[in-house]
Amino acid sequence: MRRQVRPAAVAAAAVVLLALPAGISDPFTLRLLTVTAMYATLGIAWNILGGYAGQLSIGHSIFFGLGAYTSTLLFLRLGWNPWIGLLAGMAVAAAAAVLVGFPCFLLKGHYFVIATAVLAESLTVLFTAWDAVGSAMGLQLPVLASSLAAFQFHRSKAPYYYIALGMLALALAVAAAVERSKLGYCLKAIREDEAAAMSLAIDVRRYKLVAIAVSAALTAMAGTFYAQFVLFVDPPSVLSLSLSVLIALVPILGGIGTLWGPVLGAAVLIPLSELSRIWLSGSGRTLDLIAYGGLIMAIAVWRPMGLLGRPRREEPGGPRV
Amino acid sequence: MAETALQLLLNGVFVGLTLSLIASGLSLVYGVMNIVNFAHGEFLMLAMYATLVLYQRAGLDPLAALPLTVLLLFGLGRLTYGALVRRVLGAPAHAQIFGTFGLMIALQGAAQFVWGADYYAIPTSSVAGRLVLGRLVVGLPQLAAGLGALGGMVALWLLLERTRLGRALRATAQDRDAAALLGIDTDRMYGLAWGLGAACVAVSGTLLATHYYIFPRVGAVFTLVAFAAVALGGFGSIPGAFVAGLVIGLVEVTAGYLASSVLKYVFAYAIYLLVVIVRPQGLLGRW
Repeated sequence: MRRQVRPAAVAAAAVVLLALPAGISDPFTLRLLTVTAMYATLGIAWNILGGYAGQLSIGHSIFFGLGAYTSTLLFLRLGWNPWIGLLAGMAVAAAAAVLVGFPCFLLKGHYFVIATAVLAESLTVLFTAWDAVGSAMGLQLPVLASSLAAFQFHRSKAPYYYIALGMLALALAVAAAVERSKLGYCLKAIREDEAAAMSLAIDVRRYKLVAIAVSAALTAMAGTFYAQFVLFVDPPSVLSLSLSVLIALVPILGGIGTLWGPVLGAAVLIPLSELSRIWLSGSGRTLDLIAYGGLIMAIAVWRPMGLLGRPRREEPGGPRV
Repeated sequence: MAETALQLLLNGVFVGLTLSLIASGLSLVYGVMNIVNFAHGEFLMLAMYATLVLYQRAGLDPLAALPLTVLLLFGLGRLTYGALVRRVLGAPAHAQIFGTFGLMIALQGAAQFVWGADYYAIPTSSVAGRLVLGRLVVGLPQLAAGLGALGGMVALWLLLERTRLGRALRATAQDRDAAALLGIDTDRMYGLAWGLGAACVAVSGTLLATHYYIFPRVGAVFTLVAFAAVALGGFGSIPGAFVAGLVIGLVEVTAGYLASSVLKYVFAYAIYLLVVIVRPQGLLGRW
């Protein structure tokens, strides 16, 4: 049922996306595009575990936060270049993912979902109380002269946009490779029926661990990017439960388990949430949260397989999950 | 030393009883229909605000407001089932999970929209004050909340075990199709489970409002801890939720005293992970 996206269409879209900063002078729109590309990357990363392998995580802020904190701490304490920090963050997150996955993959369904949330909350509490990582105050990165090597750009924010596009392209390439590889087929087999997959001699545990490690590494990459983009990390901004939910929601809205679903999901959800925050949440009121929650419920009810996914078959009563 | 231990025990029991009832409501819904309600804590939050409004606008004491909030939340739970949960029953797991997640976010937003992000408290009520027994101190609001929660759990248990309705509810939980064949309106039972689940937190929330701050995100604090209690007791087991609530209450209070009050929830979370991995059926679980 996966829709075929023609290479020509992809190339045309890439050209338009690359040319966009030339036509956009206003910083808000550029920032919005950058953040949208970042969330598309995060959605693709989540999708590798949640979509292909069917392991729903609402703890992905763990990996985003580890990416952001690792590169920031390495720079502040040891003076490491943030690009090295980015790779280090990916490695730390992948290692953490295996540590998380090892016990959590013993769990199924709701047990797994809650376990990921509980681990993410524990990490938030620890980081909020832990002085060595800035505790609740957070960590501030010093402002340096703009350069690619320093991973900081001040006069024009266009380089951030291009880096975000690069991350998106990399994530898409990884996801496409996973989809076509033995790994992808094994993950889907696990999602559809774990017992059947096991009976086909698929090492379920190992494939799930590979999926979560890849997913975590890509998520951490976006985490480092975010830290360099805003030059500040603290638990609420990089480790919160709402971030985990948003990361999962991007592919769920666009089409869970599809290659382009997360891109579509981010393109719809992120501008919508940024704009509704501006239009609806004046004077500290929170109509935007109500609209956001309402949207999530509407997706769950009417398009559970997302915008790209097949519409739901009517099964009155339905099977119990 | 002995007095400190006894004091911690007392505090833990009162915290634990409140938690037990919250967990019972969550466990009931899960036991009957295998759906986890991520907005359970938000029901608690709404019960607290309802108590606050009745207190501020009508001058109603929290104890007098209790029957009203229970009815209100029962209706809200029933409505949530009819308007949201019934429509995702046949949907994939992620739609069920995110359905109630959306409700959680919307309810938090709605509370902040109506009441703002300020912290409220109900300073005076018929249960204000404290009881001094030698060197031990018992807050009357905590005592009332603990006894109220105990009463709520006994009522729930009697309803489930000693009435026709309760038997129909348990039959639906065991085998929906078989129950339907016997003429039980399983859809009504599902709605009833949601109503009862919300009514449980109405009791907890109303009595909690006498000694706990009321703010839009107050429910989030309790939801994850309630999950830990539900897992420890065994998903779907009401007596399990009772025991587990007490255990977690004691652990929380002790950890808060010995380590730090910030880290006390981490211990509750650790209990969750330990239980679901080592003994997934919980202490008193049926499966």
